[in-house]
Amino acid sequence: MTTLTKQTLSHLDWLEAEAIHIMREVAGQCERPVLLFSGGKDSICMLRVAEKAFRPGKFPFPLMHIDTGHNYKEVVDFRDKRAAELGERLIVRSVEDSMKRGTVVLKSADESRNKHQSVTLLEAIAEFEFDACIGGARRDEEKARAKERVMSFRDEFGQWDPKNQRPELWNLYNARTHKGENIRAFPISNWTEMDVWQYIEREKLELPSIYFAHQRNVVIRQGAIVPVNVPLASGELVNVPRAGEEIVDMEVRFRTVGDITCTAPVISDADTVSKIVLETATTTITERGATRLDDQTSDASMEQRKKEGYF
Amino acid sequence: MSANENITELDKNGGLLRFMTCGSVDDGKSTLIGRLLFDTKTILADTLTQIEKTSKKRGMEAVDLSLLTDGLQAEREQGITIDVAYRYFSTGTRKYIIADAPGHEQYTRNMVTAASTANLAIILVDARKGVLTQTRRHSYLAHLVGIPHRVVAINKMDLVDYSQETYERICGEYRAFAEKMGLIPEGGDLQFIPMSALNGDNIVDRSDAMSWYKGPTLLEVLESAPAAHSEHDEPFRFPVQFVCRPQDSANPELHDYRGFMGRVESGSIRVGDDVTVLPSGRTSRVKAVHLGGEPIAEGVTEQSITLLLEDEVDISRGDMIVKSSEVPEARKEVEAMVCWLSETPLSPARTYAIRHTTRTSKAKLNGIAYRVDVNSLEHVDATQLAVNDIARVSLKLALPVFADAYTQNRGAGAFIVIDESTNNTVGAGMIL
Ligand SMILES: Nc1nc2c(ncn2[C@@H]2O[C@H](COP(=O)(O)OP(=O)(O)O)[C@@H](O)[C@H]2O)c(=O)[nH]1
Repeated sequence: MTTLTKQTLSHLDWLEAEAIHIMREVAGQCERPVLLFSGGKDSICMLRVAEKAFRPGKFPFPLMHIDTGHNYKEVVDFRDKRAAELGERLIVRSVEDSMKRGTVVLKSADESRNKHQSVTLLEAIAEFEFDACIGGARRDEEKARAKERVMSFRDEFGQWDPKNQRPELWNLYNARTHKGENIRAFPISNWTEMDVWQYIEREKLELPSIYFAHQRNVVIRQGAIVPVNVPLASGELVNVPRAGEEIVDMEVRFRTVGDITCTAPVISDADTVSKIVLETATTTITERGATRLDDQTSDASMEQRKKEGYF
Repeated sequence: MSANENITELDKNGGLLRFMTCGSVDDGKSTLIGRLLFDTKTILADTLTQIEKTSKKRGMEAVDLSLLTDGLQAEREQGITIDVAYRYFSTGTRKYIIADAPGHEQYTRNMVTAASTANLAIILVDARKGVLTQTRRHSYLAHLVGIPHRVVAINKMDLVDYSQETYERICGEYRAFAEKMGLIPEGGDLQFIPMSALNGDNIVDRSDAMSWYKGPTLLEVLESAPAAHSEHDEPFRFPVQFVCRPQDSANPELHDYRGFMGRVESGSIRVGDDVTVLPSGRTSRVKAVHLGGEPIAEGVTEQSITLLLEDEVDISRGDMIVKSSEVPEARKEVEAMVCWLSETPLSPARTYAIRHTTRTSKAKLNGIAYRVDVNSLEHVDATQLAVNDIARVSLKLALPVFADAYTQNRGAGAFIVIDESTNNTVGAGMIL
């Protein structure tokens, strides 16, 4: 065998280089891209990748958050702070506005608004005529994502058709669209939860405080840890305990931060990134299994939601 | 394990290896992948509980590891894999990305897709059946798409009493056919491993039942295969993706800043190197190489970097920066092996778009030299290409591309064909 003259990139360097390449492809091929930024750990990594891809220039896209109105205050504050530090434009569109318009109708007041984000997202795409949305989804998150393309094509209705995805070969991404159609681009497709935490550690990225161990009032509901009486910025309390439920004080942290009504914390005393890296290395439960209250309904629930335009 | 040991474990840098698995239905591909994930402890308890339940529901006694790689709803209904799925695992020293593609003839395009990013291929052979038509097809495709490292995994050895004789006979058959067809990887390697995916023999753990086998386990091969994109020196190829011109009025230093952003497709570049910009042919010298905004001395293959040049040169997306000592030729006609990916056949009358690196050009078919019968590997006449067909074609281009032969340089030798009416990716090409 010939001698190895090539320097091998570490796995994080390789993943980062790939993510930068994908973002630059979106910027190079699409006219009006947007980067979805929720304040969560995956999108925080994406912002660092975007800095590495485009600085000293400004990002060639704005940031956007689809706010369910049920997000942790710590995360919303972090979102605003981070966007301001970066000096980038942040667009916020809210599910509550869609509810006012009547385009989102909840079955009941306490139904999770998580899946209704799709409607608001599609409305925002139409409003700004975005032809590409850069998202932080990862293929290791869930079965239906394992086959997701890096550049995933959505038709005029925002629908994902698993049988009609563009073949994706080498690093030749095809982000072409006709008017009204949309590309969802996933620069960190190939990252795992572990990679994300290692990247956060290496890059010393700041995170919303609720990712770290803290004391919280919770109830145990059908085996899941449900945070209760979570205050919104307005002072309103979300997840009011049901009659007969006993509130306990637990040391927990969040592995994902989404809509309050459907994101559960895990018991943990990991209060630093390096402790979380260790804990991630030794955990026995998948990220979604541990923390999503909405995905366990059926084997195919994520796939179903994606077909309907969910991220 | 103490906390400290764990951290150093995670810090070991074996880089990242992408590999694919080739097998036809029932060769044991899903079981093998499940076994790798299971034995490297990638599968977490809740997932395992779920597949235990499903296994029981289907009336199976042991946990069916192949359920781990179960995919989309439609596929579950049909009980087969119809698309490429990507899986991940890590051993602490190295991270792996598996491209899992079905091996049926009607899924040739998925195999080509999976192969395009793989550096190693595992070709599964059922020990009871030996080298079959499908083995030939998989080997040909792995070879065509230029995967340098190949492992022929002779699976289900438990069903042939772990017989060394059977194993050696199959190795001999395989070698004979691969040599005859010219499918031995050049500069790469070919490794045979007897295994039982079901029982875990020679996957991660060495087999007690086959003590006669002295070679490496599958995981040992994976851990030691070169992860680098290429093992031989390649010329510097830098397709420009994006041009950064901040012109930030608040910062006068940035007023004249022009950064040429891209990923090093091959080779390496240093400050002071003489470069030529294609297609203009303008020359300049590298003033700085930046990675994430910080200057670095050298940019290497697969790194996403920004180049600053000493002269003001007009460069835009689709241009390529190369070293002046190794300029590729401009081609307005290309000879290529093409795999057709679309249900709509290739039409000789139509104009398509091709994407080579970051460059797009219109293209028309000049002619089809032959089609390859992927089963017999014979060349046959063709006037049209249907989905899954592989053929040698020649194309006429509206704009020149700056290509290397695919066998010399995968990144600078590959292109995709786009149908501009649907914007779909309809073909995959490898320049000869
Ligand atoms: N005895 C034996 N059976 C195996 C082995 N590997 C796979 N199988 C069985 O062969 C069948 C097909 O395997 P599967 O992994 O689903 O094959 P795939 O279609 O290639 O993904 C299943 O019943 C497996 O349990 C092996 O090494 N030994």
